[in-house]
Amino acid sequence: MAGIELKGISKSFEKNEVIKSLNLMIENGEFITIVGPSGCGKSTLLRIIAGLESQSNGDVIIDGREVNNIKASNRDLAMVFQSYALYPHLTVLQNLMVPLKLRRMSTLERFPIINWFFPNRRSKIDKLKESVLQASETLQIEHLLGRKPGQLSGGQQQRVAVGRAMVREPVAFLMDEPLSNLDAALRVHMRAEISELHRKLKTTFVYVTHDQAEALTMSDRMAVMMDGEILQLDTPSEIYNKPASLRVAEFIGSPKINVLPAESNEKGDIDCMGISMSLSIKDNKNEKILVGIRPEHTNLLQDNKKNCFLGEVNHKENLGSDIYLHVTLKDSQQKMIIRSNPDISFNTKIGEIIRIGFDNNKVMIFNESGQNLNKKS
Amino acid sequence: MKQLTNLGSEAGKHIILIIGAIVVILPFYLMLSFSFKSPAEIQSISGGFFGAQEMMIDRKCLKTESEGLMRSKEECSMLPIVYNYKAAFEEAPLLRYLLNGVIVTLSIFAIQVIIALPCAYALAKLNFWGRDVVFGLVIFCLLIPVHAIALPLYLMLAKFGLTNTFAALIIPWTISVFGIFLMRQFFKTVPDDLINAARMDGMSEFSIVWKVMLPTAIPALLAFAIFSVVAHWNDYYWPRIVITGDQDLMTPPLGLRMFKSDMDGNEYGPMMAAATVIVAPLVVAFLLAQRRFIEGITLTGMKSR
Repeated sequence: MAGIELKGISKSFEKNEVIKSLNLMIENGEFITIVGPSGCGKSTLLRIIAGLESQSNGDVIIDGREVNNIKASNRDLAMVFQSYALYPHLTVLQNLMVPLKLRRMSTLERFPIINWFFPNRRSKIDKLKESVLQASETLQIEHLLGRKPGQLSGGQQQRVAVGRAMVREPVAFLMDEPLSNLDAALRVHMRAEISELHRKLKTTFVYVTHDQAEALTMSDRMAVMMDGEILQLDTPSEIYNKPASLRVAEFIGSPKINVLPAESNEKGDIDCMGISMSLSIKDNKNEKILVGIRPEHTNLLQDNKKNCFLGEVNHKENLGSDIYLHVTLKDSQQKMIIRSNPDISFNTKIGEIIRIGFDNNKVMIFNESGQNLNKKS
Repeated sequence: MKQLTNLGSEAGKHIILIIGAIVVILPFYLMLSFSFKSPAEIQSISGGFFGAQEMMIDRKCLKTESEGLMRSKEECSMLPIVYNYKAAFEEAPLLRYLLNGVIVTLSIFAIQVIIALPCAYALAKLNFWGRDVVFGLVIFCLLIPVHAIALPLYLMLAKFGLTNTFAALIIPWTISVFGIFLMRQFFKTVPDDLINAARMDGMSEFSIVWKVMLPTAIPALLAFAIFSVVAHWNDYYWPRIVITGDQDLMTPPLGLRMFKSDMDGNEYGPMMAAATVIVAPLVVAFLLAQRRFIEGITLTGMKSR
């Protein structure tokens, strides 16, 4: 177990800067998720931590030890790959034995023929087998030990890949989108399983994903990464409720947050397209600003109140527990997505004009460059 | 109407393919057929595929003695097929040639693999300065015909005193540019993650080549094995240059020369019998490995995982 520290990491491929002077402190035993859209540099960052890729600048520090010039195999990290990357020609048992043999036995003990001269080799292998069996018990893959990866389903392969990382008892686990090749139901199931594994092992997990649901549900802290930078690093609930910027707010949350243009007057009161929001800010008076309202903080109004938007329903998504209404606002032609209670909106038809209310306390305010102004107010 | 034209074009395709097949198979057919027939039948082109298999008299046998007596005609009469194959093994040390062929081709293949696999791995999966130039040179070397460099090669071997040794037969072929190219193309299809996983597991780059890349590349390796073994088993040109006279070093094709008609007319029957014996191992090996061979050539034997 160990903490991992990244100091001023940057990485360029030729002239293309993928990671820009990035700092990150990962605590010992923490489950941290790096989430971001594809191409944001998150996988590259993970590979730099692993030592599979070398950084252009900066230091990687694992357990207080600088490892810049230490090979991937000597960093004592384990990695789970998106494609699982199991050895196709070996059985599951052999796959799980490989990392153990490589670490616990000397080169000579592993060398064919020469290894006959090591009398305690057998007992050593038996010991390794025991720890493999233990790991496979935890992951419930004992019945698969004799099979080859080609004969396993995606979920089973995924478990074996985790097992291969686990048997070594590494100081930290690195996971590169380990669930993205699974079908939706299995993904939800494995999410819980990996979280449970983390609680059991209490080892540092660094988990890279583009799926915000994985990030929100599994991690102690999550880092939102875009264009080679970490935009925000905090607990999932903080990031969801208090995004540091508009980009974070737009990336995290599904369906996407509604962003509407607004203005603040001399007193700091906010007016959004003719609707006074009964909200005010101290700074940024008399300025054009943006307000963000998450779909779940809107509601369908049945009576005529003052503070509401009028809009025409374009599309209706019924998820059973909720109904999402895609709306075009009447005057401004702005698009919005509204979450509503099925009891209220099951009768709503496409083309209908509806009144949309919102929860004043949950409205986020951003300045034009996308900074969150809520914290200052 | 449409069906008719379809049928026509299908028939056309098949006729062309059949003609091609006949052109390829006919020499083998003749070889096999001649190895069954008596000299008279070969000369008169009669007797169909198998020949009549009438008893014939071995004239060489008549000239030999057993227990102080000349052999009788009865003792020396035999089936033409028996005569041909017996002669093939008796008149030249055919088994010795076959053994030499096995030693030479297997050594060449083994060393080729030992050299080509790490090269192909480096060219396919490692990033180093000048990699593309090196690969360009590999491609360039594919274009150099063996005959163009035969003389300098021979001189070099002669200077080292290696002519008339197995080394002369093996060393010039140990670096197979074709092998490097073929394996590199195959390694390109092996996912990077698999190699990275091996690195994370603690494998050295050499272990990765032999313990991860080699097992996944078996189909391609088999294809290369057939190319390599066939080429060097059948090679007549190079052994002819570096082996002069020493029977114990001769490879099978070189051995065939022993049957060229010396004193008594033609020796077609035994010669074709010897040729059949020489070709047989290759044909059998190909038939056994046919499916994997084609898989390897089309490089689809492995799925991405």
